[in-house]
Amino acid sequence: MTDLSHIRNFAIIAHIDHGKSTLADRLIQVCGGLTRREMKEQVLDTMDIERERGITIKAQTVRLNYTAKDGVTYQLNLVDTPGHVDFAYEVSRSLASCEGSLLVVDASQGVEAQTLANVYQAIDANHEIVPVLNKIDLPAAEPERISRQIEEVIGIDAGGALAISAKTGEGIEAVLEALVERLPPPAGDGDAPLKALLVDSWYDPYLGVMVLVRVKDGVLKKGMKVRMMAGGTTHQVEQVGVFTPKPVRVDQLGPGEMGYITAAIKTVAETNVGDTITDEKRRAARALPGFKPSQPVVFCSLFPTDSSDFDNLRESLARLRLNDSSFHFEAETSAALGFGFRCGFLGLLHLEIIQERLEREFGLDLITTAPSVIYKIHQIDGSEITLHNPADMPDPVKIASIDEPWIKATIMVPDEYLGAILSICTERRGEQVELTYAGNRAMAVYRLPLNEVVFDFYDRLKSVSKGYASFDYEIDDYRQGNLTKVSILVNNEPVDALSFVTHANHAESRGRAICERLKKLIPRQMFKIPIQAAIGGKVVARETISAMRKDVTAKCYGGDVSRKRKLLDKQKKGKKKMRQFGRVEIPQSAFIAALRMDDD
Amino acid sequence: MDRSPGSPLAIYIHWPFCLSKCPYCDFNSHVAESMDHARWRAALLAELDHFAAELEGRTVGSVFFGGGTPSLMEPETVAALIAAAGRSWRLAEDVEITLEANPTSVEAGRFGELAAAGVTRLSLGVQSFDDRALAFLGRGHSAGEARAAIDLARSHFPRFSFDLIYALAGQTETAWRKELVSALELAGDHLSLYQLTIEPGTPFFRQDMAVAAEDTAADLYAITRETTEKAGLPAYEVSNHARPGGESRHNLAYWRGGDYLGLGPGAHGRLTFKEEGATHALHQISTPARWLDAVERRGHGTAKRRALEAETRREEILMMGLLLTAGLGRKRFRDLTGRGLEDCLDRAGLRRMVEGGFVEVDERGIRATREGMLRLNGVLAALLASATGRPG
Repeated sequence: MTDLSHIRNFAIIAHIDHGKSTLADRLIQVCGGLTRREMKEQVLDTMDIERERGITIKAQTVRLNYTAKDGVTYQLNLVDTPGHVDFAYEVSRSLASCEGSLLVVDASQGVEAQTLANVYQAIDANHEIVPVLNKIDLPAAEPERISRQIEEVIGIDAGGALAISAKTGEGIEAVLEALVERLPPPAGDGDAPLKALLVDSWYDPYLGVMVLVRVKDGVLKKGMKVRMMAGGTTHQVEQVGVFTPKPVRVDQLGPGEMGYITAAIKTVAETNVGDTITDEKRRAARALPGFKPSQPVVFCSLFPTDSSDFDNLRESLARLRLNDSSFHFEAETSAALGFGFRCGFLGLLHLEIIQERLEREFGLDLITTAPSVIYKIHQIDGSEITLHNPADMPDPVKIASIDEPWIKATIMVPDEYLGAILSICTERRGEQVELTYAGNRAMAVYRLPLNEVVFDFYDRLKSVSKGYASFDYEIDDYRQGNLTKVSILVNNEPVDALSFVTHANHAESRGRAICERLKKLIPRQMFKIPIQAAIGGKVVARETISAMRKDVTAKCYGGDVSRKRKLLDKQKKGKKKMRQFGRVEIPQSAFIAALRMDDD
Repeated sequence: MDRSPGSPLAIYIHWPFCLSKCPYCDFNSHVAESMDHARWRAALLAELDHFAAELEGRTVGSVFFGGGTPSLMEPETVAALIAAAGRSWRLAEDVEITLEANPTSVEAGRFGELAAAGVTRLSLGVQSFDDRALAFLGRGHSAGEARAAIDLARSHFPRFSFDLIYALAGQTETAWRKELVSALELAGDHLSLYQLTIEPGTPFFRQDMAVAAEDTAADLYAITRETTEKAGLPAYEVSNHARPGGESRHNLAYWRGGDYLGLGPGAHGRLTFKEEGATHALHQISTPARWLDAVERRGHGTAKRRALEAETRREEILMMGLLLTAGLGRKRFRDLTGRGLEDCLDRAGLRRMVEGGFVEVDERGIRATREGMLRLNGVLAALLASATGRPG
């Protein structure tokens, strides 16, 4: 068992592109974790999407062996945390597995919103924080100014900040020394009953579910029967190992150590992040604090563009869920879009990632409905329902009030764009909490209804700030809102996939926008088609597609019917993609286009 | 082998050459520098002979020389082909022998010889009585030449028809009414009035040429139907108008599911063999030189021949039959297909079309209304798109 005083566990906190992965790569390289040949850029991000977007979805660990200037070889465990608000809970569990953090800030860009949220979480987790100013090799680097900004905005002492370049390798030794000198060693009792934090888990096609753990007390060994204290399941440990970052088997993991186990676990749904793993024969009296089952907060429906892909979609969702129990799905039927699934996600990025993986890894072409949040509906009869699909909304006359989730959003932006950002927040029903200026950057903290944020809020922020605004949020609380469901009717029949819940003040204008959009997208038919937006039985906006007046190929081709035949065959093929609305047939593509068009 | 005759046979003969190519035309037509008339005559006769054996015993109801510009054929070629048809089959007493002609003065000069060769009906590509429209359409004749050619046709042929193209971009109701008046004054027993369409592969298509807007086109169509009807030449097909009895017997064969033999490059045919219970679809090689070569080597230029599946055949009969204002008769449909009309139609689609006033169904048969005829593509899609799935 490694002496506790020779262990340091740390996380790296950084904004996208500020160099977290490059620094991790450099630390691994210096400590000899991989040969030069094995080094790939950003070795920790294993998924294509992670590499492309520079984000981490799954927590990973690397055990580094570093011989410090004091002559002692230390075991340094690096935890690479998910870097996005959607995975805030996962971040908190990763941080709970460490005693300190490297706060990496780009020496030319400065602190971003996302960095703030994570660093506050680290402070909450009692971390010793070592500020690191990266990219000092760049001409635009201003380490002194950024140090001051860290002190002003975050409020921590940046006096001991390390100026480094992960790219050139400058200052890497200093980082390793600082970890040894400044971070406290972990505490723990090797003789106490086993208590290990379940940091993360994922599905490996060869080994089954791999569970990332941090041992707090006791010892975790191969062959032990362990119990998930919250999940209530028991498993026989088959393998114990660490990542260097290659998986390497070890005999055991003792207090303060991090590593992985496998235990013939079939799905990640049995391994809840934040759960406590204990010895089935000698159980811990109390679980580690802070366990929270994962709860989706953003919902949308996914439909295959080609209805024959439905089974493929179902299988693909099931396969993704093997590796990510935080998203939920159930079958759904839509008159406009056919068979699909209602899915719940931890946030918008999570939604995007799942959608992108389905399209990229499983070759599916998908239609996504507008994201929705979870509403709490208080009915006249005193009952309460939670609802995430506007299609399930009860009749307005039965509703006493509706509560909606709010968030606390932090936006960092160069001050020249602040005005535009503040108007977006106001337009989206935001309430200002705080406005701070630090140098030429401003930090705005707003409370906003989540349903205003799930509609292209982030895209708008980016576009009005030329990409400079950064944004982060945490779920705040539920508040009563003057909300209403707007139904969209085509030929007097509701198109469930296009209905939405919005604040009463926006209902008419947003309903009208969709009607106008559909009018442009639905081709003229044999019959005229009314398109309406309605609240309950009341029509608030209406457009009409006039009937087609002439549609005939009237030439004589000397007995050559192939033209007419081709047209008919095309129509027959198209018919499969038509949706019947009363006596008119609307191409599914019109609804798809309506859903894909940017909100304007 | 007994090849018992079905309905009278219609013979189409394609002459693929033109003096110049019109920018809207997507027919199989070519501008040739020079041409070996004797060789082409021999090839067309050879192909006719080839089918004569197979189609022994049939009666020919019509012969149609189309193109291209068949008025550029040597009259002796026309005469030889008509004579050959008469030797190979029995010609109906009232056999209709049509030839398409351009109204240039050169071609009009041959009308007498063509009539002497046996042509009984001339179909003139007048296209417009407006010189600017004629220039736009790339035609090689003037409005004056067109009128002169019509007069000549009247004097040489028992029957004649001419074509006009309308619904050009910018064409007003007034302008079209004026042309219609001229047309009706000059008309024989038949008029073909086509709306301009921009077909893929044509110069107009490449230029992304505009046509009249949909609403205008619909209005012009309504005017056309009313005006011709008042003048005694009502529409009997979407674009074709005739005095009673003046209908093109040849084109009726296409529209009524009759048999037709296509000779010459790119010609299409439908030949029914009762004992097989099958209708064959034939398509001759399109490229003139390749067709010529094939005929000279093996006696015919057929590129593809296949027995139509029963469902395909039924759909063709419906597609073509609904082009006629009289529509498709129940008895005729059963005679041709052995099936009942409603069995072959999408029930829900039929109901929608009837309720919408686009289609009429009664004891006689099915037909598109005037409104339905204007939207025939949509009507056919509704009636056929998911129908006739049962094996037939």
